[in-house]
Order: sequence, then C-alpha cells, then structure tokens
Amino acid sequence: MTVLDAKVERLETDEATGYTAFRLGSFTFRRDEYFAHISWPKGNHIIEIDRFLRATVRDIGWGFFYGWIFFDDVFGTTNHYGTVDVFAGSYDKGCKDAGIDHLETFTAEAVSEAFTAISQDWISQGYDPLNAPLETGTPIGPKGPERTDPLLRAFIAADRMLGLPGDKPVRSDASGFPVNRAFADLDFDLPDVECEPGFEGQLHAINLFDHIARSDVTWNPSISAVTRANICCVTSEEHMLPVIHGNDRNEWFIQLSDEIHWNIADKNSGAPRGRIVMKAGDVCAMPADIRHQGFAPKRSMLMVMENGTPGLEQRYASGELKPYPVDFG
Amino acid sequence: MAYKTRTGSLASYEKGVIELDDDLRKYAFSNVFEVAGKSAPYERVAVVQNLEYVAEVVRAEGDSPWYAAPHDEFAIVMDGEVTFRFVQLQDDQVPGHEGGAIRLGAEPNGPRMGRVTARKGHQVLLPKGAAYQLSSARPSVAIIQTVDGPETVKKWNDICVLKEA
Repeated sequence: MTVLDAKVERLETDEATGYTAFRLGSFTFRRDEYFAHISWPKGNHIIEIDRFLRATVRDIGWGFFYGWIFFDDVFGTTNHYGTVDVFAGSYDKGCKDAGIDHLETFTAEAVSEAFTAISQDWISQGYDPLNAPLETGTPIGPKGPERTDPLLRAFIAADRMLGLPGDKPVRSDASGFPVNRAFADLDFDLPDVECEPGFEGQLHAINLFDHIARSDVTWNPSISAVTRANICCVTSEEHMLPVIHGNDRNEWFIQLSDEIHWNIADKNSGAPRGRIVMKAGDVCAMPADIRHQGFAPKRSMLMVMENGTPGLEQRYASGELKPYPVDFG
Repeated sequence: MAYKTRTGSLASYEKGVIELDDDLRKYAFSNVFEVAGKSAPYERVAVVQNLEYVAEVVRAEGDSPWYAAPHDEFAIVMDGEVTFRFVQLQDDQVPGHEGGAIRLGAEPNGPRMGRVTARKGHQVLLPKGAAYQLSSARPSVAIIQTVDGPETVKKWNDICVLKEA
C-alpha cells in the first residue's frame, strides 16, 4: 500500500454559485446547486449534495469509523487507523468490470483536512447536516454566508462511564440539550443512588434514555460505558443513515426504542442480501462481510456494541476470525 | 406533530423481522424481552458476543445471588425496577479469574457501600472491586455489559431466529 504524500488543494471558485473546487491526490471535488461532482483519472461520479455533505461530516467526525464508509455504491473511504483509502468504484461490480475503479491511500490527517475544507466551503448558514432533515434547512442553491459555529461534533467518548466525576457529562437542559421533540412523550426520572457514609461518589447511575433523547444530532454515536475494549455506544436515529457502513469487524445493535429498517448487502460487491427490521428490544449482529444502511421512520434510540481491540481489523481481514460472531455449536 | 415513542416490556413487545438471502445464524437475531420472558430468574443469557465480550439479558425477579467481576460491568434496566446492592471487596476478595461475573456463596463480609434503584432506561455502574446483588419485587429486565464468564449462559439456538417466518 502506497501512502500518497498529498494535501488538499483549493482550485477555482465558481463565479455563479460561489463554491470552490478542491483536489486531493487525483480526486477532484466540485459542487453546483444540487450535486457534488467527483472526478478521478478514469471516471466521474455525481452525488446529491445533501447526501454528500451528511456523509462527509460524519466520516470526519467519526474519525473514519470502523472499516468502509460508502457515501453511495461508488464513492467512499476505508479506515486503516492512521491511513485512509479514498475510493471510487472499487467495490462496485459495474465500475470494476468497466475498469474505471480507482483507489488512493492518504494519511488520515490529509483526508480529514480535505473533507473539512470542502465542508466548510460548501455548507452555508441555516443548514446542519448532522441534524435530521425536519430540523434543519436545505443545502441546495448558491453559496450563502458561511457558518461560524462548529460544523463537526465528534464522538462524545466516555472513558469509563458518562456522568462520572472527571468523565464526559450527560446531556441536560443546563448544558444546552433539551429533550428532542420526538421523545417529548417520555417521562425521564433519575435513578435513586444511596451511598453509605464513606462511599459517597463511589456508586453511579444515569438515565441513559434521557441522555439519548437530548442528542441534537442523528446517526452520530456517543460512548456511554466501557468494559476493557468493549464499547457501548448510544445514538438517536432519524430519517436515513447517510452512509452505507461496511464494518471491518462484527458489531451488534440493540434497539432501545421504536424501529429501524436495515438494508443489508454483500460488502465487496454491493449485491443485496435482504432486510432486517429491528423493533424495541431486538438484538442483531452486523457481520463483518456485509454493508448496511438504516432507515428510521421516527427518531429512535439505538445501542451499538463495538469491540475496539487494536488490530482486530487485520485478524478479520486475514481470515483468522470468522466474519460472523456466534458459534451455534 | 405529537410523537408516540415505543419501548418494549415483558408484557408487551413487538419483534421485528429478518428477511435475508443468507444464513440467519450469522445475525443472531433475538429480542431481550422474549429472552427474559423464557429465562429463569437471574439466568444471565448472552444476546451479544463480540469475541470475549458479551451482553447478557437478565430476568430480575426476587433476590439474585451475589456477583463480582474483575472489571467494571454496566447494567441497563429495560423494564420494571431493579435495586442493586453493593458491598466493598477487600483486595484479596476481588476475583482473580480472567473475566465475567462469578457467583459468590453469600453476601461478602465487607462494608456495605449502598444501593441504586433503577428503572427503565437507567444505566448502572457495577464497579470493579464491589460485589453486587440485584433485587426486584416483580419481573423486570436488564441488559448487562460484561465479559464472557462463568455465569454466562449460551443458548443461541433457543433464542435466535433461525429461519424466516
């Protein structure tokens, strides 16, 4: 694997729309009023702009997450934890057969800088791609005033457990996170914590549902609790996951409220395998050989359990570990 | 627009569907309320397995045995009300096995740390260095984030959807 020593370059600014074009390696990125246009030496690709921006800010905010992030069937990134592949058509049978697929590897920092520069130029005030579509404006049209607030909200990552002294706080009215409209029908109480004298502060509990209900972003997990390398993430999901995720390891979903519809496809070819509808209380593994995309008709609460053991991706890639998690005997 | 949030319970839950051109065992699809409904009290049934890590579903009913683990565990109450009592372990009482909860013969003789009463949606720290006991006056459900251990019960063939309905 050759890691290109490239950094993002600003190209021309379109006089009519006001948007600037960018280059990273041999990929160029342009946008017009409706679409992002991606070009590479052997091909071109078009992505609806809302989808492109929703995918881009999450990809950066997640630190490129685990494995493959498909913006759509053609374009995306693969995380190698220090370096990142940017690909077009590399996992699409049509592009492969036509010989127009292309992949370049960069440092993670270079890709992050490129995607951040693109996002800052292409996102105007009134539009937040981390919000649900019902809660934000539209990205279409010519460039407006640039946003001055943070575009990105990365993982809230508890070191041990949310709310512990010295750890990441739970969301609250006081910290600027009101309960989302979609969970206004729920009553949120606090657990009763009674410590014996001398043990004050050593017992801990939170209302996790309250924390999730106050999230101002969608499809953007936060880590709530950690057992060694076992990471419990929680997230609120509304509308559609704006990427298709192909994990480099097995992961698990526990549906805490409402429902999410998942489309499942083969990770390498994109060939559909079917669908899973998860309702409150359902538990399902997402094997390491698939890609999945979620659709949430109503804002819902999802728990994701990830194994963050370093080097796990190589053990799956080599075949040492099976691409599914349970031995049924 | 007024929204209606749907959470499940032992008495009322609706299971989703899995329709795949694939071996359904790879997805290990189950439902925590269904698992708890068919479990004995305090049977710690694995519904998630990520190599050495698991999430166990527990039907809390009456008093559980006393447990301890050589690492932090976390419980999320999904239905009902569960009280967790904690006793501090002395250094030589902290379990030395690799991971997961072990069952203690009786309440440890260390100092009582206190208790947490948790209801639906609450997450509770079960800290390393403490023994704990769960109690519930009526059947309740909790998910425990932990490590595959001596108390982990695996009955995947009984709890998972193996073929499409």
